[in-house]
Amino acid sequence: METAPKRTNYLNADYGIRSWLLTLDHKRIGILYLISITLMFLLGSLFAVLIRLELLTPAGDFVQADTYNKLFTMHGIVMIFFFLVPSIPAVLGNFLLPLMIGARDLAFPRLNLMSWYVYMVGGIFTLWAIITGGVDTGWTFYTPYSTTASHSNVLMTAVGIFITGFSSILTGLNFIVTIHTMRAPGLTWFRLPLFVWAHYATSLIMILGTPVVAITIFLVGIERAFGLGIFDPALGGDPILFQHLFWFYSHPAVYIMILPSMGVISEIITCFARKRIFGYEFIAVSSLAIAVFGFLVWGHHMFTSSQSVYAAMIFSILSFAVAIPSAVKVFNWTATLYKGSISFEAPMLFAMGFIGLFTIGGLTGLFLASLGLDVHVHDTYFVVAHFHYIMVGGALMGYLGAIHFWWPKMTGRMYSEWAAKVSAVLVFVGFNLTFFPQFVLGYLGMPRRYHAYPDEFQVLNVMSTTGASILGLGYLVPLCYLTWSLWRGPLASANPWKAAGLEWTTPSPPPTENFETTPVVEEEAYTYPLKEAEVV
Amino acid sequence: MSSFSLFPESASTISGQVDALFFFMVGTSLFFGLLVAILVIYMAIRYRRRAGDTGAGAEIHGNLQLEIAWSIVPFVIAMVMFYWGASVYMTMARPPDDAHEIFVVGKQWMWKLQHLEGRREINELHVPVNQPIKLTMTSEDVIHSFYVPAFRIKADAVPGRYSTAWFEATKVGTYHLFCAEYCGTEHSQMIGRIVVMEPNEFQDWLSGETTVADAGSAMVDATRSPAEIGAELFVARGCTTCHQGAAGVMGPSLAGLYGRERNFADGRSAVADEAYLRQSILEPQSQILDGYQPIMPTFKGQIDEEGLLALIQYIKTLEPNEG
Repeated sequence: METAPKRTNYLNADYGIRSWLLTLDHKRIGILYLISITLMFLLGSLFAVLIRLELLTPAGDFVQADTYNKLFTMHGIVMIFFFLVPSIPAVLGNFLLPLMIGARDLAFPRLNLMSWYVYMVGGIFTLWAIITGGVDTGWTFYTPYSTTASHSNVLMTAVGIFITGFSSILTGLNFIVTIHTMRAPGLTWFRLPLFVWAHYATSLIMILGTPVVAITIFLVGIERAFGLGIFDPALGGDPILFQHLFWFYSHPAVYIMILPSMGVISEIITCFARKRIFGYEFIAVSSLAIAVFGFLVWGHHMFTSSQSVYAAMIFSILSFAVAIPSAVKVFNWTATLYKGSISFEAPMLFAMGFIGLFTIGGLTGLFLASLGLDVHVHDTYFVVAHFHYIMVGGALMGYLGAIHFWWPKMTGRMYSEWAAKVSAVLVFVGFNLTFFPQFVLGYLGMPRRYHAYPDEFQVLNVMSTTGASILGLGYLVPLCYLTWSLWRGPLASANPWKAAGLEWTTPSPPPTENFETTPVVEEEAYTYPLKEAEVV
Repeated sequence: MSSFSLFPESASTISGQVDALFFFMVGTSLFFGLLVAILVIYMAIRYRRRAGDTGAGAEIHGNLQLEIAWSIVPFVIAMVMFYWGASVYMTMARPPDDAHEIFVVGKQWMWKLQHLEGRREINELHVPVNQPIKLTMTSEDVIHSFYVPAFRIKADAVPGRYSTAWFEATKVGTYHLFCAEYCGTEHSQMIGRIVVMEPNEFQDWLSGETTVADAGSAMVDATRSPAEIGAELFVARGCTTCHQGAAGVMGPSLAGLYGRERNFADGRSAVADEAYLRQSILEPQSQILDGYQPIMPTFKGQIDEEGLLALIQYIKTLEPNEG
């Protein structure tokens, strides 16, 4: 076993639990988030396992109906609010943004630590709600079911999500101020890595959208607790109003989950193709376009809700429009490979997997934007398949790619390349086997959130559960070899992938102050091929 | 309706149109999906790093013509998809004038269906083939969604308002009816069947023995039509006091009201449709007819959803020359 040379870095600068819980170092806070969201991911996955086991047979025989309803609700809540939304921004964004822009830390280190505590408090409320009986409203909390009909822990869960939202808002605020004010000399906007652009766009959505969902959940809470009529027609309210407010945040929230992944893909593809990014400005601006247009398409979740046909048409045409910037990104990544010098280390496999799965997810999004077609597939497994392709196939693939790409930087250790490649293949194959049959199920008409289902849907559900087993294995393997690498992995150099970017110019793991001297940037991003001097 | 297949049965006039749109989108998606996949795989192989390679990719920054092309072309195709989808949606949103009307009330966890001729059904709907059927829907509790995959139609039943959907079945048979909007414990049991019959068999069925009676509802006698029950409610609830006969001092005449433009005291106006009638009964103060006093009491909480539908159906039958 190799031992680390006695160089001070952010991991060995200080020891003890206090040094972690009171740290103001963005890198350590990133690690705190990494541990927290990994635990949440395991919990959300456990719910998914139970859901897939129930769906092996048409009869509702594995768990009771109420239990099943709580399982899919808690799977959604844990995975979305406590894993996917914070995943890349709070772990990798936190860790990398200052390193990528040549800064010492984020603009507000105390606020950064506070956002982790806020996340934890929200998480504890939600976990408490789960332990003391769970919640069964679906992660969407549709009224009036959530306010008057449900007998589960709606209030406690709402409080948890309300609180956690502030963690997002604070992180977004911190990122925006940091990117505006703390870039290294010479690092102009159009020299920024696309990862930074993606996080800028994500942060905009976080600070503009999250307050709306916080207000909405607050309104659900007071209608439920005090019978104040807002959404329940029996109290003079309007249940459709809830859907407008909810989706005004929750559609853009999808972009909170996917935009950071898109940023990751631009970093990985350029590195392993040894190429400059194709169409830098178009990728950068398309992130902003997605953030802006993403706020104008919420009504496409409501095509069957009896909203006006003309409103539906506006939402439909805008939903088609928002697909274009995503398509532009995919084309640019593809073009980046042209005349490259491509190698296939694990991060690259995850990135290529992302392109495949995200493309399928994006194209099937068009089906749902199409009014006449959405009426049929709305609230069926087609929708379930589509958003898993985006949020798991896309966002989670990007997250895994990012973890593998920057793991040496974060920990100073290399993992087993062979095991990582196996994991990438398992995830890709398992994912497709799990979710592709669900497109077919959806068009056949199987509604989502069904505890029991007609016999003719069983074959496809068995395929899906089989795929989920492979997918689960694909997620467990990295957990093992990455943990293993912390103690037994070979030491990583400052730049093991020979990648461009300021974060690779500082040692792995970086010192607490990130850079010994403030770097000066004289070139645009992705200056591949690297000059010999730059390869540390 | 219960054998394994990869494509759903197509059994309504709209289902073929939806499928055609679906195949167009599958075709387009396959083209672009395969294009990206083939390019990525081809380039991954063609430009793989070989032994002894310097590890330097070509220095290419981008290409404006390409960027414009791959923005515009997908946009144009997306607009074709939009137009096609919107036109199918418009067809779905507009029931033909000769549609046969059926009332649908969703509640946890059953579908209650009411034929205008009088028969009531639960979780089962009999309809004639080749006849447009218009569904007027609401819910007694939470949001439900009326979904018949074989007809490719779905519409939410929302408490406190009416929504509509329509279909014309083209094939005799039995089809799934699902609740598509999550509604609680027995959501996956809120299912039923649509039975499409030959017109003459349907007529026999319609005049046959009733099978369902719900003592808790306004329609205890399920053999009578909603309009008959509505007429009775109209008297029993005292509506006649103000709304009987010619335009009275107290309240306007309701004869020939349905479908007419109404002008309110506050300057707004509305067409007297089901939603208008519903609101006038439940929240009369919200739309006072010009020239009348706001004296009508609310009937909120006093008439159930089926009673309301019966009352509205009765008002719809009042001809202009009556009274």
